[in-house]
Amino acid sequence: MSALALRGPLVAASGCLRVTRTLEDLVDLSTLGAWVTPTVGLAAATGPSGRRLWETGAGLVHPTCLEGPGISGLLAGDVPWMVARKVPVIVSVTAATLGDYAELVRHAGAAPGVVGVELRVAPPGARDLGLVPVSEGFHVGRIVAAVRDGLPPGCSLVVKLPALPDRVVDLARAALDAGADALTLVDAAPAYVIDPATGRPPFGDVAASRLSLSGPALLPLALRCVHEVRVALPDAPVLAGGGVRSGADVAAFLAAGASAVQLGTVLLHDPVAPQRIHAELAPTERTAPSVPTERESP
Amino acid sequence: MRVVHVDAEVLAHKRSGGHHLVTLVAPGVAELHRPGTFAELTLGGPHSDRLTRHAFWILRANPSGTYGGTVELLVSERGPGTRWLVRAGPGTTVPLTGPLGRPVARPKEPVPGPGVALEVGGAATLPLAARLKERGCVVHVLLGARTEARLHGALDLRRAARTVQVVTGDGSVGRRGELAEVLGGVLDQQAPDVVYAAGPVPLLRTAAAEAEARGAWSQLAYAGPMPCGTGHCQGCLVPVVGEDGIARHARACVDGPVFRGDRVRWDEVGR
Repeated sequence: MSALALRGPLVAASGCLRVTRTLEDLVDLSTLGAWVTPTVGLAAATGPSGRRLWETGAGLVHPTCLEGPGISGLLAGDVPWMVARKVPVIVSVTAATLGDYAELVRHAGAAPGVVGVELRVAPPGARDLGLVPVSEGFHVGRIVAAVRDGLPPGCSLVVKLPALPDRVVDLARAALDAGADALTLVDAAPAYVIDPATGRPPFGDVAASRLSLSGPALLPLALRCVHEVRVALPDAPVLAGGGVRSGADVAAFLAAGASAVQLGTVLLHDPVAPQRIHAELAPTERTAPSVPTERESP
Repeated sequence: MRVVHVDAEVLAHKRSGGHHLVTLVAPGVAELHRPGTFAELTLGGPHSDRLTRHAFWILRANPSGTYGGTVELLVSERGPGTRWLVRAGPGTTVPLTGPLGRPVARPKEPVPGPGVALEVGGAATLPLAARLKERGCVVHVLLGARTEARLHGALDLRRAARTVQVVTGDGSVGRRGELAEVLGGVLDQQAPDVVYAAGPVPLLRTAAAEAEARGAWSQLAYAGPMPCGTGHCQGCLVPVVGEDGIARHARACVDGPVFRGDRVRWDEVGR
């Protein structure tokens, strides 16, 4: 296995940067170390009609939605678009069965320009979405073991973990023990909101378990998760993210032990965030990070 | 380059009935503007903790203003963000992305029959009607609002449109009632080839159905929230049927905001 081949320390987080016909007008793609795709499953899927976002103080609450073109559509469309523009691609996947995980990873790993696969093992509401449930370390280990052998050399396996500081070390250890190369910390945090106008959540009949929080409100919680993993697993390669708005936030994650930093909600709020934040980094922070695989580290 | 992101500067404010006309210096945006495009603004200033942005129709664009290219936006005070904008003094910096969205599809040549444009408010119809007239199209406009103060552009529209009918909820000007109630009669009378509409979803749904029933095309502009405006957040999804016949969600900000009425799955909208 080779190290995760990032071009720089700033990575566009899953589901927060989508290919559009105006993307290149706004984003300097050369400032992205990699692009993590929106999460896909095996088949194309649509989500519920109706509200998808609710604004809270320094945060956005949203239901987990796995709407998208499925792995084939993604690999035929947006992935080659990014690869043609020299952006390293990490494909984000989630699945209902271990067999589906294995098939997804095999497909994604075989696609040209894909440098990694990110397993989104525990998005909020996984059970209600019919995904493989993950609450214990061995659940994560089982998923990683099911996909590990399907990855070609040069393609890294990244596991994205939930924003649960008291669980994250167990899950991280299990992922690395089963052969994951790196960790993404963290997924959006479980949340709940009430629309004051109705006294009910504003998302219709979407299950409450699927609601999650992103944005700057999440940053200290994400930092805590990175810190816990860094203390318990000093050699674990970590892609950290959660509420990053500025170069100073990136520096905080790097200081807490991250190897690279994901930009998420800021991409919705500031369409030129990649180049702005890149410019705010100190020269030493701008160099492409070495994200060694767990197997390579002593 | 089709879209730019600039730190725009507030140049001037003007009250217009219950609305505000806000002019911003936004170099590059005015040059690229076409009717039916919008600008996405970050409101509240640099220390605001609000993450969603706001979309405004570009009412007028002037590429050669004294201070550089300017855009004029129609703003009504609806929440903390718009309240901040209408109070922002000249020189205030407002991050602005635009022009966004696909422009309204317009006939390349004059069409034999007239077009009917209807709207709640008036910000989208004015530039459109002017363009249609330039192309030699006859336009009849139906404009609706809750009260006279909420109405915009009725006078200017009279220059571009063959007829302008006004409907207000309180009867303070024009006919009392709702746009949807009078639409059918106007369509029967004018027999348009194309129906253009901008406004809330129930109005668009009615416009699509009434146009369809008379064999007219409809071009409908989504005017709901657009939290990012650049295609990433999935906050402005419109259920549509694609050219391939497959049901999916389109993003109003990048795939619209103008949709062909017969492509939208109206029974799914806004549930």
